[in-house]
Amino acid sequence: MIRNKISKAAIYFVFIIYALYALYPVIIMILTSFKSNLDIIKYPLSLPKSLYLDGYKNAWVKGQFSTYFVNSIIIAFFSLIAIIILSLMASYGFARYRFKMSSLLYLYFLAGIMIPIKLGSANLFRMMRSLNLIDRLTSVILVNIAMSIPISILILTSFIKQIPDSLEEAAKIDGCKSSKILWWIVVPIVRPAIATVTIMNFLPIWNDFYFPLLFIRKENLKPIPLGIAQFFGEYQTDWSIIFAGLTIASLPTMAVYLFMSKQFIQGLTAGAIKG
Amino acid sequence: MREGSTRAVRLWHKEKFEPIKYILPAFLVYTVFMTLPLFGSLLYSFFEWQGIGEMRYVGIQNYIKLFTQYPYNERLVNVIINNFKFFFLTIIFQNIVALGIAILLSFNLKGKNFFRFTFFLPTTLSVIIVGYLWTLLLNPTWGPINSFLKSIGLEKLALNWLGNTKTSLICITIANAWQYMGIPMMIFLAGINNIDESINESSIIDGCNELKRMWYITLPLLRPIIGMTTILVFVRNFSAFEIVYAMAGTSAGPLYSTDIFGTFFYRTLFGETNSAPQDFGMGATIATCMLFIISLGVIIWQIWDKRVNE
Repeated sequence: MIRNKISKAAIYFVFIIYALYALYPVIIMILTSFKSNLDIIKYPLSLPKSLYLDGYKNAWVKGQFSTYFVNSIIIAFFSLIAIIILSLMASYGFARYRFKMSSLLYLYFLAGIMIPIKLGSANLFRMMRSLNLIDRLTSVILVNIAMSIPISILILTSFIKQIPDSLEEAAKIDGCKSSKILWWIVVPIVRPAIATVTIMNFLPIWNDFYFPLLFIRKENLKPIPLGIAQFFGEYQTDWSIIFAGLTIASLPTMAVYLFMSKQFIQGLTAGAIKG
Repeated sequence: MREGSTRAVRLWHKEKFEPIKYILPAFLVYTVFMTLPLFGSLLYSFFEWQGIGEMRYVGIQNYIKLFTQYPYNERLVNVIINNFKFFFLTIIFQNIVALGIAILLSFNLKGKNFFRFTFFLPTTLSVIIVGYLWTLLLNPTWGPINSFLKSIGLEKLALNWLGNTKTSLICITIANAWQYMGIPMMIFLAGINNIDESINESSIIDGCNELKRMWYITLPLLRPIIGMTTILVFVRNFSAFEIVYAMAGTSAGPLYSTDIFGTFFYRTLFGETNSAPQDFGMGATIATCMLFIISLGVIIWQIWDKRVNE
């Protein structure tokens, strides 16, 4: 399409400038994490003089990163499992059955897509307190599930609707229960949609700071984003430890992104309408 | 054979109750932990309640207090102004730039996937990490941004970016836009790629150059998508909280210059560390205002979108 060499060069120029802008903070973060405090203040722009690893050592020992990781993994795992199972079931109900109120009920779910659940904080906090779930990971997991259900149902329902009925009809005539049809016929076919739903929900859940901030106070229950906030506050002027901590905290998602960038871009873009 | 067919018939018959079985679990979780808390919180706005102790019904007193009594009224006006600034600046720094880059990406030059990968990378980070990272980059004494400005002879520009009431909100907006740029970019790119190839071909035959084609054909066709990405920013910005929390704290300093609805809401609800105690009634009142503004935005967008699509 673009044949002109000059315009091609101009486009590449813009790309490279923007790529530098997008990467620069991340590169600085990683490079600085290998510097000592003195070098950070004296030579903020230069490459690390030598590989200074004390920042990492101190961050790992002083910060409870292994605990934060485990908590993040627990929250993400149980949230996602429940989101997938509940949304699959509901989507199957919406895609395969017509009944009174079905479209109204579907709208009821969709209405929640763009509404930020944060606005319900006051009541959520009170609920979690009376359920004795403050300082339990369950509180964060339950909110994650509730706010991810609408978008997941939207995506999965449209996928299930696209599957031709004939397969299921055949199974039905053979006397297959509908629950069996869902788990053994429908689920394998919509696997790509399940992957999309998993990714689009995984990252916001993994990166969420707000609800852990509301419900979790105990140090040993904090997930990564809340842990890093604690860490940042505690070592405010110990720059090398802070940069090391930030790098440790962001490395897992960046590593996964490196290998699954296409799916991540797709999933996150599709999930962008979530409030 | 006979047995099989009767069973099938029975199953078809039972279907009336089947969908309920499938939908009920999701319905319960969604209703109990999303719908009810939302409506419950709206109800709290009619009560005086500190989060503990007794709830006292006060009618619309909280609203009157919020709109007319100092400091609430002053904070509210400030928050509305700041939040609209935050919104418009995000549209400029994030969506307009994203649209430009998406157009360039749509030319399918070599290396496109690598650049797309790079542009989207910040989106995968946690907001809180992005906030802290930019706070460090902007550090007035040794931060890389000021060091760079000094090294190229622009000492005058080496400001205390986050400590200045004029620049702090702009910096926070840039950090936020830096992170989320990838999303509108990908939405725009998908929109451009969806444009019917024959439209483009006919424009080339008519002697349109790329620039003219973008201006007269691509952009008008993208209008619904431009609208959608705008409302996404609107909803996000009017409920944002973490980025300001990370870069300016819950008091949204300096001097409330970065205070937006999210921080105002959080601060009022859970109390300020040293001064005000938690106030669930007033917090809920602010949340109701947020819901009102966000819903209004969405409704206006839907009306506009219908008109554009006609």
